[in-house]
Amino acid sequence: MNKLIPFWSILKKDMKNYYLKPPNISWGIIFPIAWTLMFFIRSETAVNIRSILPGVMALSVLFGTTSMLAVTITFERRSRSFERLLLAPISLNLLMLAKTTGAIIFGVINAFIPVIFASFLTDLSNINWIAAFLSVLLIAVTSTFLGLFIAVSVSEVFEAQTFSNFFRFPMMFLCGLFIPIPNLPVVLQPLSFLLPLTYGVDILKTAINQTGFIPPWISFLVLLAFSLFLFLMSTRNIQKKWIY
Amino acid sequence: MSSTIIEVNRLSKYFGNLKAVDEISFSVNKGEIFGFLGPNGAGKTTTINMLTGLARPSSGSIYIAGEDGIKNIKKVQQLIGIVPDESNLYDEMSGLENLIFCASLYGLDKQKSEKRAKQLLAQFGLDNTGKRPFKAYSKGMKRKLTIAAGIIHQPQILFLDEPTTGIDVESARQIRQLLQELNHQGTTIFLTTHYIEEAERLCHRIGFIVKGKIVRIGQLSELMQDAQKDNIVEFTLETYCTELQNALATEFPETNVTKAEGEKIRISSPERIELMPFMKFFAQNQVPVYEARVIRPSLEDVFVKITGIELSEMKKEREGRKK
Ligand SMILES: Nc1ncnc2c1ncn2[C@@H]1O[C@H](COP(=O)(O)OP(=O)(O)O)[C@@H](O)[C@H]1O
Ligand SMILES: [Mg+2]
Repeated sequence: MNKLIPFWSILKKDMKNYYLKPPNISWGIIFPIAWTLMFFIRSETAVNIRSILPGVMALSVLFGTTSMLAVTITFERRSRSFERLLLAPISLNLLMLAKTTGAIIFGVINAFIPVIFASFLTDLSNINWIAAFLSVLLIAVTSTFLGLFIAVSVSEVFEAQTFSNFFRFPMMFLCGLFIPIPNLPVVLQPLSFLLPLTYGVDILKTAINQTGFIPPWISFLVLLAFSLFLFLMSTRNIQKKWIY
Repeated sequence: MSSTIIEVNRLSKYFGNLKAVDEISFSVNKGEIFGFLGPNGAGKTTTINMLTGLARPSSGSIYIAGEDGIKNIKKVQQLIGIVPDESNLYDEMSGLENLIFCASLYGLDKQKSEKRAKQLLAQFGLDNTGKRPFKAYSKGMKRKLTIAAGIIHQPQILFLDEPTTGIDVESARQIRQLLQELNHQGTTIFLTTHYIEEAERLCHRIGFIVKGKIVRIGQLSELMQDAQKDNIVEFTLETYCTELQNALATEFPETNVTKAEGEKIRISSPERIELMPFMKFFAQNQVPVYEARVIRPSLEDVFVKITGIELSEMKKEREGRKK
């Protein structure tokens, strides 16, 4: 059997049924725009816009992805259509990759909306776009899998939303975006290093402004490890809870 | 002789202390319609879920088309079609889109699946509604489309969990006919039901399942023969009461006394039943009797006799799903 057929088909269905629905598009676009405006309006000089760009990009990805799976999985669980996917002759890994790819793509697109804005306002030369793209991709993968992990751990859509905020807001404040990590209270610093977003933001900082302080290859490895861990935990939970 | 296509051995599923399915063993022959008949909570859904890969057996073995149904479930899933007890297609998608999507899960390409989907919509009398979203379908249409989705990849074996529960009589009739046609074309069917007439009309072989155990299994004719040894008389009373049933049972210990639908009482016995002692008993107890009828045993009687379950118990619709 050609495994690409179910993979594309699940991805396409989710895109059509959820990601490209008007409310989702508008939220997906409005959120990054709001972030962008909020930060950019406050920063008067072009230099500031560039220094704030990594954070805005990272947040757009984070907010564009973590709650997606809460919709596409929790919702389908409740209507029991998800059982169909579990009963299909495809491996659980392939199924979950198909379910998450849409959110990852969506997250990456979200990240570049602030970039488009910034390109009108400031000079974006001397940016390592490859590193920037890779880090955006990895942030999207990690936070999508975090969303997956959350969706698998709860049974109601609203629980998933609450639970994702429980992760998102601490991450926002501790990832070095508003306050550089070295300036955080010493007790909070170790916590920062437990959060995947910290590493993603740091690569972006390096790629855009050369202001990161963690060697990028370490950050890449850490993000990969986080992704792998969250994905494996999620599929393990599905095996345990949903194939009962 | 037919060959075995499903072979289940001492299959169990425990939920904590509850034995939802308790060491059941049975086999299904290629090309037959096999039915599990039992009341709510008997373990029918749990069994289907174990056979199809949604539930993990606590112990026992499953072989489907020669494959190990526990170790190689993904291989088995390629060969089977599954129709769950609830119509669970995608609300927003049209009938046609739903079918094409389901086909893709089994690796069918767009061209092939579209052709087959259209053909199924026509066969199921849904061709006029193929463009409507699933949520706009009536219950009966939803169930039909769910069945179509279950056979879109032309499975060798089709599993159906209570295919006609909760839908209108006409749709139920059409569904039974479709299943029979499908079976004539060679599909083996495993279904569950709590409708005795449905099992009787549709199934070649039936397993009675009660409290997680198979209490009897056999061909319809075998099961009927069993009961036809019995003689049954049904009395229509003014009012039925349990005290009367108990009193009769004490008075005529060699017979079996049960309640029938309405204000009726049934006496069954392996011997021919003499009516006079009963009439005398009713007269003595001043119970008005309007009718006495000799009944030819039906599958219902067989079921009641073997399982000890009253028919009223079977007629109860299932309550909302737990969880
Ligand atoms: N996931 C579950 N957790 C705990 N108990 C369950 C679960 N599923 C079913 N049961 C119990 O197992 C028994 C059999 O249920 P089920 O297989 O749904 O019966 P049926 O389909 O014959 O009505 C019932 O007592 C039911 O309450
Ligand atoms: Mg059931």
